[in-house]
Amino acid sequence: MACNEWRDKLDSYVDGELTPAEAATLGAHLRSCAECAADALQRAQMKRAVQVAGKRYEPSTELRNKIAKSIAVKSHRRIALKWKLALIPALGLLAAAFLLTSYFGRQRREQQRVYSELADLHVATLASSTPVDVLSTDRHTVKPWFQGKVPFTFNLPDLPGSEFTLLGGRVAYLGQVSGAHLIYQIRKHEISVFIFPDRDGEMRSLPSGPANAASFNMQTWMKDDLRYFVIGDASKEDIKALSKLLQDAG
Amino acid sequence: MRVPEDRASAASFADLALPLFDQLYNFARWLTQDKAEAEDLVQETYAKALRGFSSFQVGTNFRAWIYRILRNSFLNSRAGLKVTVVIDEEDGETLPPVSSTPESLLMEQANREIVQQALETLPVHFREILLLCDVEDMSYKEIAETLSIPAGTVMSRLSRARKALRVALSEKKQGGGRGL
Repeated sequence: MACNEWRDKLDSYVDGELTPAEAATLGAHLRSCAECAADALQRAQMKRAVQVAGKRYEPSTELRNKIAKSIAVKSHRRIALKWKLALIPALGLLAAAFLLTSYFGRQRREQQRVYSELADLHVATLASSTPVDVLSTDRHTVKPWFQGKVPFTFNLPDLPGSEFTLLGGRVAYLGQVSGAHLIYQIRKHEISVFIFPDRDGEMRSLPSGPANAASFNMQTWMKDDLRYFVIGDASKEDIKALSKLLQDAG
Repeated sequence: MRVPEDRASAASFADLALPLFDQLYNFARWLTQDKAEAEDLVQETYAKALRGFSSFQVGTNFRAWIYRILRNSFLNSRAGLKVTVVIDEEDGETLPPVSSTPESLLMEQANREIVQQALETLPVHFREILLLCDVEDMSYKEIAETLSIPAGTVMSRLSRARKALRVALSEKKQGGGRGL
């Protein structure tokens, strides 16, 4: 095949649109033809340049919240109305009291289950030979890495001036729900930060504040419909300080 | 029992649509070249997509679907109406050949801005296809679906868009050498 004909396929080659067989043949040609190889390289560089240049605009947190709300409100409103109409009047005082007692009992058990699962995740991750899948101290690298891997977005704090360092992140699962797992370090102590979306209101029902999970110190709270857990063997004060940084991250 | 159904569809809409928020905004901003218009466009897109979500067929490509909504909303907007969309590309128009290769330019970090300026000067139908292919990493098939054009047109338009970008870049390079 003449070089002209190869040239027509270079874009598809660089875009990964050729079949494996076509790509292999073209690859072989590129190894033997310096001119086509230079052309392919230039196209790849151009593609990369557009990729970098194209990621230019970041939406405001305001817009993000507005849209998240506009999606959430619709579903909540429907449920709220149905509950009011159908269920609330039917519940007697006795039934309500009974429900509350068993609800709190169940909630405590649920809380313990979640906490110990997170403690396990924290320990297992640090023990692993590759604790993080995205290895970077730069939040602008770590945050976008999660895009498309977890069904939500979040903000990470800017750390210069604090004693904390971001080590990286990975995707974690709590039950069937995927969330973000970030690892920070302070004075040799590693701290896990977990962020999970609120599916079925389960995350919302957990209490917020300081807690203890398998002798680890922990802080947990809800923000923007996301549940945050900060857990590690660092001091309560350090855990609290990191939590504050995360809470203030806009 | 309608409640769980509604909840399920609202939940899965949010699960599918919210992770795309940053990218959709970036794309909207590139199309409109204006912050306020981009924000309106993204809001309109989410509202339309949520309303029309029942017509979205599970198993088909959600990303292409919501990008198509965004793009159609843009074309119907005030800003979009000013844009002429190329329908037939079987014209014989040829772009001037590129004399100098701009690859050395592309290597440097500072040139991110130059590439951005060059992209800005491209007509919308070139700009959008480059963004979908190179930034959003869409396959030709997804691009065809998003832009409602045949796959063959994706290839030819992409090739023309890249040529146009190279021309714009080498013009920038020459202009930059003299003027800046």
